[in-house]
Amino acid sequence: MILLFMICASIVAVESRDLISSVIALSAVGLGLSLGFLILKAPNLAITQLVVEILCVIILIRATINKDLPLVTDGRWLFNTIATYLFILCFLFFAYRALKELPNFGAPLMRVSQEFITNGMQKTGSSNIVTAITLNFRSYDVLGEAAVFFAGIIGVLVIIRKTGKIHNSENEE
Amino acid sequence: MSLIVKTITRLTVGLILIYGIYVVLQGHISPGGGFPGGIIIALSFIHLLLAFGKDAVLRKLNQAKGVFLASLGAAVFLGIVLGGFMGRQKPLLSQDHFALFSAGRILLCDIAISVMVGTGFFVIFLALVLLNQGEED
Repeated sequence: MILLFMICASIVAVESRDLISSVIALSAVGLGLSLGFLILKAPNLAITQLVVEILCVIILIRATINKDLPLVTDGRWLFNTIATYLFILCFLFFAYRALKELPNFGAPLMRVSQEFITNGMQKTGSSNIVTAITLNFRSYDVLGEAAVFFAGIIGVLVIIRKTGKIHNSENEE
Repeated sequence: MSLIVKTITRLTVGLILIYGIYVVLQGHISPGGGFPGGIIIALSFIHLLLAFGKDAVLRKLNQAKGVFLASLGAAVFLGIVLGGFMGRQKPLLSQDHFALFSAGRILLCDIAISVMVGTGFFVIFLALVLLNQGEED
């Protein structure tokens, strides 16, 4: 049911003419995803998804108010779409080859996660197993994720500051 | 913004900030943790900015200070994780279950992550707002 709701909302988001209604439909997709996480018993993920969704909707509404972007049809549009499709096909091909290599679901692959579940609270002292795994057993992955996040923030700041300066100098001239 | 929005904002901004700090501090007991707690803290500042305009908030946290705080949070997180790599085997905080200051490095990592995420998102929002103001003129 929730999946059906999410699919309908995303179709509305893509097909609607107005930008504001697209943003609101996107936030409905995010809400549906958060409800799905709750039903699948993952409250950590549900909290993070909901909060990031709220923030993204605020930023998107603030950025798209008074601005409707037309669909770009001139320039190198044909090359861009063909390159995108080729990239998607390559990615699907490699993903299919990689996924065939994994062992079956339920073979001795669950050995490590069984160890996490039974001994996690004793070894780390925290009662939230998700936080114990992300910040104690597998904290180097979180370090990489935080590094990518920080690089994204600095990148956005650099690009926006340059565009702001160009606009300001154009206004002054 | 109208008077109703400003009055409600005065009441709720402190509550949102305290709730964000709560979600960070009990990340190892209940669902939550560093990432959503940091975003909730950033949302409280954004709430203040949306209701009162950018001048009221820029006095508290302008862009240079925000970038410095984000970098400081990232550097502290890196230091904690690399300190664990260099061979400190003893856990930093106690190992009682369900206590507040427990669970080794998880709480310290959470606090550093929340500072980095919160100030980073708020600085991005400030940059977008300043860009929009520049285009409207």
